[in-house]
Amino acid sequence: MGEKKIRVMVAKPGLDGHDRGARVLSRCFRDAGFEVIYTGCHQTPEQIASAAIQEDVDVVGLSCLSGAHRYLFPAVAKLLKEQGAGDITVVGGGIIPEQDFKLLYDAGLKAIFVPGATLDGIVDWFKTNIKPRD
Amino acid sequence: MYFAKEVLDSSSEMRRKWEDEVKKVIAKSADQKPRWSTVSDLEIKRLYTPEDIKDMDFARDIGYPNQFPFIRGNQPTGYRGKFWTFRMFSGMGDAKTTNERWHMLLKEGQTGLSTAFDFPTLMGYDSDSPKARGECGKCGVAIDTLEDFMQLVDGIPMDKVTTSMTINPPATALWAMYCAAADLRGIPLSKIGGTIQNDMLKEFIAQKTLMCPPDPSVKLISDTVEFGAKHVPRWNTISISGYHIREAGATAVQELAFTLRDGMEYVEDVIRRKGLAVDEFAPRLSFFFNSHSDFFEEIAKLRAARRIWAKAMRDRYKAKDERSWWMRFHTQTAGCSLTAQQPYNNVVRTATQALAAVLGGTQSLHTNSLDEVLCLPSDHAVQIALRTQQIIAEETGAANTIDPLAGSYFVEALTNEMEEKAWEYIHKIDEMGGMVAAIEKGFPQLEISDAAYLFQRQIDSGEKIMIGINKYVSDEATPIPLIEIDDAVETQQVERLQAVRRKRDNKAVKKCLDDIKTACKKGENVMPYCIDAVKSLASVQEICDVYREVYGEYRDPGLY
Repeated sequence: MGEKKIRVMVAKPGLDGHDRGARVLSRCFRDAGFEVIYTGCHQTPEQIASAAIQEDVDVVGLSCLSGAHRYLFPAVAKLLKEQGAGDITVVGGGIIPEQDFKLLYDAGLKAIFVPGATLDGIVDWFKTNIKPRD
Repeated sequence: MYFAKEVLDSSSEMRRKWEDEVKKVIAKSADQKPRWSTVSDLEIKRLYTPEDIKDMDFARDIGYPNQFPFIRGNQPTGYRGKFWTFRMFSGMGDAKTTNERWHMLLKEGQTGLSTAFDFPTLMGYDSDSPKARGECGKCGVAIDTLEDFMQLVDGIPMDKVTTSMTINPPATALWAMYCAAADLRGIPLSKIGGTIQNDMLKEFIAQKTLMCPPDPSVKLISDTVEFGAKHVPRWNTISISGYHIREAGATAVQELAFTLRDGMEYVEDVIRRKGLAVDEFAPRLSFFFNSHSDFFEEIAKLRAARRIWAKAMRDRYKAKDERSWWMRFHTQTAGCSLTAQQPYNNVVRTATQALAAVLGGTQSLHTNSLDEVLCLPSDHAVQIALRTQQIIAEETGAANTIDPLAGSYFVEALTNEMEEKAWEYIHKIDEMGGMVAAIEKGFPQLEISDAAYLFQRQIDSGEKIMIGINKYVSDEATPIPLIEIDDAVETQQVERLQAVRRKRDNKAVKKCLDDIKTACKKGENVMPYCIDAVKSLASVQEICDVYREVYGEYRDPGLY
């Protein structure tokens, strides 16, 4: 058995269709040797939480560029906790104004990536902070 | 272009001499980088000369304005009779707030309106749908029923100003509202002018505002084309859009090829499904392109687009009416080129992109505001963006003469190269069985993903530069005033919708919705029934739910 791979779900909550970042990152994670599940656009927080649990992922990366992150990101984190999956790390990215960071960290997100973040920087953060669960 | 043999001979002799000089200089000090390419990674030569366009024929390939192949535009007078339409895309919060912004823009010299709807409206959900939570009024204006719409167009001279609506899956419902609003104000449908985006193929390819599967989506579009051809002659019933394809990460050639192939798909569908002759509807097809940062690539792309379309309409679809050969298009500067870092730099980017659009001969233009990378634009930012267009129009002289870059060795060679590469894609998609079939295979989606990934890698490695992102980075934050849409908009909009539901004649609404359902099942044109339905105060979602029920829902397959 080789080293266990990081299992990541890239998810697009809400009605936003701006998926360039999510697609680019999914491909980048795959190239970095992670196991990647990309949900496609228009997932409800409920669908994302239950898919994350079913797929037994280590981390969920949420992407939103519509401004609805204030509602959608905390909703996913809360549902995971409620369903006993609080050990799945939740991170987010997109057009997220700095004044919203605190609200999102308080809701349980572990990192927020905004435009200008490099692919390698994001991969490094994942490798450092995400330990594949047994 | 025809050059006398002596010209080409002396050119090649001069070339050899120049190439020797280049080699000597490079031997002493290398170029700054080994490879020079456009933002789309199209390799560019150090110099272009008559040799690069020696096979061109002036009459066949360039010609005059208002003459085939229309590379120099449709208007015989260019911008002298009328500048392009200054059309700023705007919408925010509720209908009243957006209406105020529209009046402000018209007062500031804007000459056309363009509507940004919020995500629930764009996706065919009402403001009180659970799916709309957190999105109401955030990215644009929330419209649920004709009551909202009447407020949106309050005081707008609908028979004078043309209005564009960026709306796709629910286009029939929103266009029906525009028609109904005109009717209620006593303006005949023959007098209203505008555009609905109504281009679902690029939604499957790029923007992902999705509702029903491709085939019924195209059917609804053909309904609007037919209805417009018969009853609303000044309306552009589709705006075949490359903008979103480019924003999703496509190269300029992909934007050009996929957009034009989408246009061909619609032409074929209307002919097949509706039995209309091409000249009955083709003059009202319109296009929408991106103007990105690579100046000459964009100009070449827009020129190539006109020539490809004219050839396709004349030779492939046998259109006889010259207006069917015209490509009329709107352009928007590239949102994806803007940076949150050092946001004032965005004014400069937008200005050069807008200038490229004008030199490429656009007929309508939106210039992005400097803060659009962060939020909806503030009044001040949108005013600078509008003034950018006005400065280009009135101060730079760019509008003085038609197609000023024609005959440039470089621009003509690049235009030819882009056209050639676009046709390669178009023929490849033909071989796949058309664009719907190509989309079902994931072909355009994955081509775009490849390009987007390559570009991001090139940014990360420093091969491509974005100032403020990977070069001339500043640690200092530049605070700019940001617009925030109050969460209270959602509560108020939900209350307003529910009040409408209480006061309207719900039996009449149901009857109208049943009529739409019957029309869908029989394959009839839904437009007349949609107009009746919105007049009965049926909501956007209620109409879209009929489509979802009859045609089924399409889910994003999540290709990457």
